[in-house]
Amino acid sequence: MSNETEEIIGDYRYGFHDPENSTIRFDKGLSEQVVRDISELKDEPEWMTELRVKAYRHFVERVMPDWGNCNLLNMIDFENVTYFLRSSNKTENSWDEVPDDIKNTFNRLGIPEAEQKWLGGVTAQYESEAVYHSIREDLEEQGVIFLDMDSGLKQYPEIVKKYFGSVIPHSDNKFSALNTAVWSGGSFLYIPKGVSVEMPVQAYFRINAKNMGQFERTLIIADEGSTVHYVEGCTAPSYSTDSLHSAVVELIALEGAKIRYSTVQNWSSNVYNLVTKRAVAHKNAVVEWVDGNIGSKLTMKYPSVLLKGEGAHAEVISVAYAGKGQHQDTGAKVHHLASNTTSNILSKSISKDGGRSSYRGLLQVTPKSTGCRSKVVCDALILDGDSRSDTYPTMEIGNSSSDLEHEASVSKVSSDQLFYLMSRGFTEDEAMGLIVNGFFEPFTRELPMEYAVELNKLLELEMEGSIG
Amino acid sequence: MGEAVTEEVLRVENLHVSVEGTPILKGVNLIINRGEIHAVMGRNGAGKSTLANVVMGHPAYEITEGRVFFKGSPLEELEVFERARAGMFLSFQYPASIPGVQVGNFLKKSVASVRDEPPKGRAFRKELNAAMEKLSMDKSFLSRYVNDGFSGGEKKRLEILQMLLLEPHLALLDETDSGLDIDALRIVAQGINEVAVNSGCLIITHYQRLLDLVKPDFVHAMIDGVIIKTGGPELALRLEDQGYDWLDVAA
Repeated sequence: MSNETEEIIGDYRYGFHDPENSTIRFDKGLSEQVVRDISELKDEPEWMTELRVKAYRHFVERVMPDWGNCNLLNMIDFENVTYFLRSSNKTENSWDEVPDDIKNTFNRLGIPEAEQKWLGGVTAQYESEAVYHSIREDLEEQGVIFLDMDSGLKQYPEIVKKYFGSVIPHSDNKFSALNTAVWSGGSFLYIPKGVSVEMPVQAYFRINAKNMGQFERTLIIADEGSTVHYVEGCTAPSYSTDSLHSAVVELIALEGAKIRYSTVQNWSSNVYNLVTKRAVAHKNAVVEWVDGNIGSKLTMKYPSVLLKGEGAHAEVISVAYAGKGQHQDTGAKVHHLASNTTSNILSKSISKDGGRSSYRGLLQVTPKSTGCRSKVVCDALILDGDSRSDTYPTMEIGNSSSDLEHEASVSKVSSDQLFYLMSRGFTEDEAMGLIVNGFFEPFTRELPMEYAVELNKLLELEMEGSIG
Repeated sequence: MGEAVTEEVLRVENLHVSVEGTPILKGVNLIINRGEIHAVMGRNGAGKSTLANVVMGHPAYEITEGRVFFKGSPLEELEVFERARAGMFLSFQYPASIPGVQVGNFLKKSVASVRDEPPKGRAFRKELNAAMEKLSMDKSFLSRYVNDGFSGGEKKRLEILQMLLLEPHLALLDETDSGLDIDALRIVAQGINEVAVNSGCLIITHYQRLLDLVKPDFVHAMIDGVIIKTGGPELALRLEDQGYDWLDVAA
């Protein structure tokens, strides 16, 4: 481990890194040629190459968002990013075949172990591409398709062409344009009609190289009446220079389908995490985003649901932890585009050691969408005087037959709570850890047990040495 | 009980305490030995709760004069959690709620931090079940969040449950009887009596009715930050009957 890494690794457990072995590594910087080279390397159909190029041009023209943390956004040096790095020549379906360095990394992250115990399928992405991929046989037999996105495009070009960019067009925002131009990896998941996938499927995204850009693209289609739970985790080494993670995730829940998408991102604090996640829910479909943001330098992410069919339901449960030098700009957007659609948004954030968390939400009910119900709850906990929390809720309600509730609270840990817990034998740090874990509990209980335990440990670690 | 050797648990010497610059306690002296039950009575604002809180180490209370010793050692250097681990316990008048933290998990962690040997899973569950049975507490308590949405009586029961599990050497009970119906009072009193056999107990109360069930060895009347009179159980009866005015006059 280099000294540079050690200095800033701090309490972050996943800050270790491997030697940067690569089989193909592009020079830093972005141009139309780089975009074309990526597409050529992947031997893509022409429509994808053209889409990439179109997106690239849009990216170049598109100005940076003039909202959010503009200072940090404008510090991104797009010329100092590696846009493509292949570290293994193919995606293996046995861990034994994965190069040792990379396999060891995923072992340290506990992925193979989790896979054996409780997962239905796993994709492990390292830098730009998946290095490992597998799915349980019984799911495959039922017609479930779970592939890395590159393989998905190769094997199911017609499905990909139909849905890719259908929820999030390349021109949606600057970063969706960037992702569409240089995307690599991510998951492609299709659940056939009526199939219920009982065990969660997981993707794990790991950045290893310095100044790396990771641009995975995920597309999930749940056909009529099917259900699936998709889980993703993310970590990266701690470097003193920045990396960029800019994903696009599109979910399509057809009639009566249910998709739950759970994320705990724990990027190191040198990673820009600028992600667009959006779902379409058709008639009576349910989409649930369970979204945890613990790491990164700046996260901007607002999981969205378009409630397009009558009776559809959206659930967005998110937590954000903003520690030293971090800004978590997160939230949720729900568009009620059909009648009798319902949504729940619960957002909880903690700011500590000068960290900043912002809730940014949009709730829209179109004039024709009658009888909609929605509840939005935002709770912020601020642990010290240096830290900050802001809320930017927007509501556009087009009719009076809909029932909407909005609650927001900002609180501090009370000295009564601390004294009470300390009088029961807990140190001040332990007491803080308990209070913080309790505050996030409505989120944690929605996670698979293994993730919940890990998240609680992580937060307890964050509380250590918190009070002078 | 009744052995010749007395074992001092708490010694309060000429204790003066201020809150935000306002003097509350103005020279309290008190010694509690193991196996003794002391009751402190007094009007609202006399300083009773301050005494309990300052002994436990509440950061808002400033000791301006005097000292407090626990089992012979001065307390001033000990943090609140160290006092708990040393064997001190405060049953709160208004226990704080900790949303999202389940009672069962909280109890296990608390007991683990106070005891030298952390409790083992099955043994602890057995112990916990027995204690809850004594207090007529339903198992569903364990999955609720600590004091969150609890009634007054439920909060007090949870305090006593913690006391039974933590087995303190000094138990400070701050108006544990308030807000309890007679059945709950009986159950709580039973818990206190059990702990009192091996520890020193300081019971802060306004009423005689708890002292009918938990027989004090000493009763202290507190007025305006000092213990003005100490007696046996009969003092509590007189205070209940006649109030505190006669003490004012006597002072």
